[in-house]
Amino acid sequence: MALIRIENAWKSFGKVPVLQGVSLEVGEGEIVAILGRSGSGKSTLLRCINGLEKIDTGNIWVDGTLVNAAGADVRKLREKVGIVFQSYNLFPHLSVERNITLAPTVVKRMTREEARAIASDVLRRVGLEDKIGAYPDQLSGGQQQRVAIARSLAMSPKAILFDEITSALDPELTGEVLRTLAELARQGWTMVLVTHEIGFARNVAHRAVFMHDGKAWEEGPPKQVLVKPETKELRNFIASVLD
Amino acid sequence: MLRAFTFNEVLFLLDATKWTIAVTLIAFVGGGLVGLLIMILKVVNNRPAQWGAAAYVELFQGTPLLAQLFVVYFGMGLFGYDVSPWVAVSVVFTLWSAAFLGEIWRGCVQAIPRAQWEASAALGLSFAQQIRYVIAAQAARIALPPTVGFLVQIIKNTSLASVIGFIELARAGQIVNSATFRPFLVYCTVAMIYFALCYPLTALSRRLEGKLHGAH
Repeated sequence: MALIRIENAWKSFGKVPVLQGVSLEVGEGEIVAILGRSGSGKSTLLRCINGLEKIDTGNIWVDGTLVNAAGADVRKLREKVGIVFQSYNLFPHLSVERNITLAPTVVKRMTREEARAIASDVLRRVGLEDKIGAYPDQLSGGQQQRVAIARSLAMSPKAILFDEITSALDPELTGEVLRTLAELARQGWTMVLVTHEIGFARNVAHRAVFMHDGKAWEEGPPKQVLVKPETKELRNFIASVLD
Repeated sequence: MLRAFTFNEVLFLLDATKWTIAVTLIAFVGGGLVGLLIMILKVVNNRPAQWGAAAYVELFQGTPLLAQLFVVYFGMGLFGYDVSPWVAVSVVFTLWSAAFLGEIWRGCVQAIPRAQWEASAALGLSFAQQIRYVIAAQAARIALPPTVGFLVQIIKNTSLASVIGFIELARAGQIVNSATFRPFLVYCTVAMIYFALCYPLTALSRRLEGKLHGAH
């Protein structure tokens, strides 16, 4: 059974329709890249998966639990699904270590020692074990984003959502973050990425989903979908991105 | 017969200064507690709470402190409650500073980017945990300079308590002046004592503001 199942999800902000009947499944260990123009609903869809936004109609299941049910435990959901944001959103007043150990200690009630061991482990995974005592403003954008990834990993979620996490970075810093993602992919994490990096999607993702007009317009193996698009809309999108 | 303005008169003024300080502390601590409540009512997602807090703030920011003192001191008397100047001054200064501190702190909490709320929510923190570990710590840092700045306003405004017969520094100045009739000398001394209380705080507030950038 799919880890994440979205069934005919609709959402609008005021009168602006954003999601217009999206259906999508993500299996355990699967890496799904979501592509599309800005305004196509990609980020909103991600934010609905971990309850930062609520869909108007339709259903979203995560790990067998209906997310949008009345009285659904959104905090339990967020222990299962982590999210990494475009603007990192580290806590500026806390050290790298505390940024990472905060949620394990206060949400999962781990001891400081246990959490510290996890912090060094996840920092090693993103290649920043020497920055454990630093503060966010002492790090480059790429390093901050890798700490944000480590912070999410530390909660050992079943899936991690990535919301255009390289879009705010200079091109020379994008590479280090993409390498980190590729490493996570190798370790078998379930990942859903909203991205503009078509090359990365082609090489790392198991499946590419092109969103258009608030729908999952075209999807399939990236090497097929992104190389031989079937719809005119996806052809235009790829042409405009590669220009 | 006129008395001379001697060291004894200065001592009398300094003695009265302790009541100025006492009222300031009551206003700051009491106003801080009530102000915290006002701030919380204004940031929680609850319309009636927000309206109630907003009405409170408008009432106390929109009327002169002097009028508030008169209303509570003489007004309570009309209803048969004889309040002492002490009680009236404590109550009015607490309520008045709460309106300002609540607003200052609300601004500081709302200055924390929404992304900080989202990031902490996404990690599974509860509302109380978000406030405690993520929002309050950052808001407190930006709140420090304006809070210390407002403390200076409280000190200066305690002089209004003299109008209902409460003997603090300003009232003591009036008393010394009627006995010595050396208004310039007396009120310069009074002003200098206020300055000695306020200046260190103003300097501190300015230093904190400078330190805020980049410090952890």
